Amino acid sequence: MITLEPVYVFAGLVFAGFALFGLKDATNPRRYGNAAFWGLLAASFLAGSRLGDFANGLLALGLVLLGGFGLLGRGRAPASVLAERRTSAAKFGNRLLVPALIIPATALFGTLVLKNLRVGHTFLLDPNQVSIISLAIGVAVALGAAMFWLRPRWSAPLEEGRRLMDAIGWAAVLPQMLASLGAIFALAGVGRAVGALATEAIPLNAPLAAVSVYCIGMAVFTVIMGNAFAAFPVMTAAIGLPLLVHKFGGNPATVAAIGMLSGYCGTLVTPMAANFNIVPAALLELPDRNGVIKVQMPTACLLLAANTMLMYLLAFR
Amino acid sequence: MWTLTGVAVLAIGFALRLNPLLAIAAAVAASGLAAHLSPYAIVCAFGRAFNQNRFISIVFLVLPVIGLLERAGLQERARTLIGHVRVASAGRLLLLYMLLRQLTASVGLTSLGGHAQMVRPLIAPMAEAAAEKRMGALDDAVRAGIRAHAAAADNVGVFFGEDIFIAMGSILLIKGFLDQSGIVVQPIALSLWSIPTAIAAIVIHGARLLLFDARLARAQSASREAAHDHA
Repeated sequence: MITLEPVYVFAGLVFAGFALFGLKDATNPRRYGNAAFWGLLAASFLAGSRLGDFANGLLALGLVLLGGFGLLGRGRAPASVLAERRTSAAKFGNRLLVPALIIPATALFGTLVLKNLRVGHTFLLDPNQVSIISLAIGVAVALGAAMFWLRPRWSAPLEEGRRLMDAIGWAAVLPQMLASLGAIFALAGVGRAVGALATEAIPLNAPLAAVSVYCIGMAVFTVIMGNAFAAFPVMTAAIGLPLLVHKFGGNPATVAAIGMLSGYCGTLVTPMAANFNIVPAALLELPDRNGVIKVQMPTACLLLAANTMLMYLLAFR
Repeated sequence: MWTLTGVAVLAIGFALRLNPLLAIAAAVAASGLAAHLSPYAIVCAFGRAFNQNRFISIVFLVLPVIGLLERAGLQERARTLIGHVRVASAGRLLLLYMLLRQLTASVGLTSLGGHAQMVRPLIAPMAEAAAEKRMGALDDAVRAGIRAHAAAADNVGVFFGEDIFIAMGSILLIKGFLDQSGIVVQPIALSLWSIPTAIAAIVIHGARLLLFDARLARAQSASREAAHDHA
């Protein structure tokens, strides 16, 4: 069975390539910082499964120090010239889109076909990790196709990938760091404490008040934790089940489904959900790190209000 | 209440616009100490969690492919393509993308899309090109607004589509939690009760996207006038 381990090795080699090419970039005044950062990340992917918890912790701490104290820089890498890109775009035409679309197409193929494929009695791919493994396969296939059609220098993918990676910079590890922080919060019992706070502070004698506190609480707690999955068990155990379902007789499926989606409204507005909000801002080279969050704010507020009304109207029929 | 020290540290760190990595490290230390863990145990717990969450960073594997294609003119090609579509506008294009993203997510295909794979190389350049076609050269603020909306369309689409699929992680999490609490619900019921919110998301964000074109035109002419006054 193919697990995540070979995917991690693949990613580790790519990050190691970013580190090496970063080291060669004389236009970047902090190139050693960049090389050390991507090198540490490469080490985590290549050896993390064998390093042990303490070494992994020191490694993560190293990433925090390098990124946190501004030791990463950006070179004046000559982003390809616009005129050249236009000529090339005209030359290759729609063939350029093919490798880009291979990645989602492989994801589709993985979900529909590879997921159910068995060799003997075991699955070909780890059924829990199909989407990530398919992504890696898609990248490998797309890379092969692009190299075959475009015939660039062999080092071009790593050079161009590094340029994009350096544009994202330390924000690249933010999602993984925040998820790890979530694990520490869980260890410390943050969820229970917030749940206790929410129920003690607010009198909940009418269904509408309880529905509002549950929905808004899901959103706020998701903003804090960065993840609705962390908020759901806490808020539902504290308010959803005892009050909405047991006391006021709400339909548990309605309460739970709309409650979770209220949490997603919080995901839209929190920097803690860095992979959805902060990384795209870096990836799209927005001047404001919170640019995506600001655009999503009105939708999140209106949708949270809509969720509250929907739950009130639909759960107690 | 000491348990919540870590949350407070994180909130203060974000509010002071401290580097988020440092804020996270401080919050980890505060939470761990509040839970009476030794510094060694805190480093171990964080290292274990960081290692287990490596799958989150796998998405950056796409960067070499995307970078290579961008150098060969992928964004320019995407722009040219959308230039041929007469009725295209930034808002309508993003609305279409959001609907497709939501529809595919609702049948479980959440990996068709994403910021690195679709938004940066294809969707954002197409939306910019559609706006350029109507308004001429864009100024930087308007361009940033279009890009931010492209990322938002992806997020809103996938968030409020995925729970309609019965085998989605969140649906299974809900079912597992309710099972433990002695309440049996069918996953299909949870999926069906996700549909009203999905429709509300289409109505709310869709309306915003349709109004976005008019807002863009106003922002562009306002900044033109400002530039004019300045000159």
